[in-house]
Amino acid sequence: MKKAIITVVGKDTVGIIAAICTYLAENKVNILDISQTIVDGYFNMMMVVDISNFSKQFSDMADELSAVGEGRGVVVHCQSEEIFEKMHRI
Amino acid sequence: MIDHREVLETNDMIRKENLDVRTITLGISLLDCCDSDLAKLNEKIYNKLISYAGNLVAVGQNIEKMYGIPIVNKRISVTPIAMVGGCACKTPEDFVTIAQTLDRAAQTLGINFIGGYSAVISKGMTTADRNLMLSIPEALAVTERVCSSVNIGSTKTGIDMDGVKLMGEIVKKTAQRTADRDSLGCAKLVVLCNAPDDNPFMAGAFHGVSEGDAVVNVGVSGPGVVKTALEKIKGESFEVLCETIKKTAFKVTRVGQLVAREAAKQLGVPFGIVDLSLAPTPAIGDSVAEILMEMGLESVGGPGTTAALALLNDQVKKGGVMASSYVGGLSGAFIPVSEDQGMIDAVNCGALTIEKLEAMTCVCSVGLDMIAIPGDTEATTISGIIADEAAIGMINAKTTAVRIIPVIGKGVGETVEFGGLLGYAPIMPVRTVSCADFVNRGGRIPAPIHSFKN
Repeated sequence: MKKAIITVVGKDTVGIIAAICTYLAENKVNILDISQTIVDGYFNMMMVVDISNFSKQFSDMADELSAVGEGRGVVVHCQSEEIFEKMHRI
Repeated sequence: MIDHREVLETNDMIRKENLDVRTITLGISLLDCCDSDLAKLNEKIYNKLISYAGNLVAVGQNIEKMYGIPIVNKRISVTPIAMVGGCACKTPEDFVTIAQTLDRAAQTLGINFIGGYSAVISKGMTTADRNLMLSIPEALAVTERVCSSVNIGSTKTGIDMDGVKLMGEIVKKTAQRTADRDSLGCAKLVVLCNAPDDNPFMAGAFHGVSEGDAVVNVGVSGPGVVKTALEKIKGESFEVLCETIKKTAFKVTRVGQLVAREAAKQLGVPFGIVDLSLAPTPAIGDSVAEILMEMGLESVGGPGTTAALALLNDQVKKGGVMASSYVGGLSGAFIPVSEDQGMIDAVNCGALTIEKLEAMTCVCSVGLDMIAIPGDTEATTISGIIADEAAIGMINAKTTAVRIIPVIGKGVGETVEFGGLLGYAPIMPVRTVSCADFVNRGGRIPAPIHSFKN
């Protein structure tokens, strides 16, 4: 399974998760885990997703998700899970 | 599974603390380009560079997207040109054409530096070595992206003092030749002792003859990450201090290892080494000096600085070697003056002198780096500075380097601006007592006693 981590940071507004989930569903990306917190009114979400069936380039997903976030005033990053795995696990 | 806190920690390192991959450096051997015809040699070099590194920048950008980490520089190092060009180049002017070819290839490929306009003369110079060295001032003046280095000694061979003398003159001439640009040429020229074959960092990078046809070396950085980690343990004992640096270095190096493996895979070239040097940039919070200050120094340059730097350098190595299968290059902490705001401040307030920097180079990974000195400094004095650093390297079996810039037309108290990653520097005073008779003796300094490990 190929996993990616999506992080969303920004002002809390209606429909952030919906917009991102819609994009993921349209692109056959399965959500494995979601956690979120709100610190000082700032929305902070992390998703672990399975991108095995994602048909485009990884960089396309990063760019497109970032565009989804821009429309709503939040910053969306999508990174391969490996960078976290390698840094925090021996 | 990775938890939220770990993701936040990694992303804070990247976005707030300037964690980055400083460079992916593709080492390419040019030995198979040798030809006795200069035009053919240049053509072969250009073609090999383009065919091997054609997608270096694209691969770098792709990996940046994939892991969400900036890869600041994509660079190339090549076989020391004195070896490659010896057969075709009969004059220094001939060598300059190769520098221009390298520059042209670098421009086409979109990389910011290409290293390896170099000679390795640890024990003596060939005619080609000498011609290449004589060509350096012109080569660095007429090119933009070429970096040059000369290795003038090693623990195994001693120091070639004829080379040291010549390099003092070459540094001075390079400064004069680029006087219209604040002697910028000297920022691309480094004189080394015990130069590693696999260093990915400029200006001293070259692809040594011990290397294969092509190899990917990666340099990671992150002084800001170490400093932030230390902010959380104010007043704690040395044990806690060391443990914190080690853990941070481990994490930083793991990223380097990941990027290096991926770059090697995508380029179809073997992975060489990860160099885990803490390399500062002029950006706020990206300073090695600030780490030392966070440890408890009021300013860099005062008593305690050398011990603090030794500790930092050693813990970075200890954390790093566990994180990567192959650690190499210089690995440790860099202390370039012009590229580190904390160092610049220390010079400006009178706390940091060249003599203290020299002491610091005994315990960190490089040497006197990016130091601006008065333009009227004698060539023999520059040779003396080079000889001192080389002696430290030779005796202590470590790499040392000198990258000093005698800024023509400027003196102590003035500032020189190099721009970009090279930063700016206040001009530091150099002791003017002469060492001319020492430098002019000729010959070489023999290898030290501990080189006889046979």
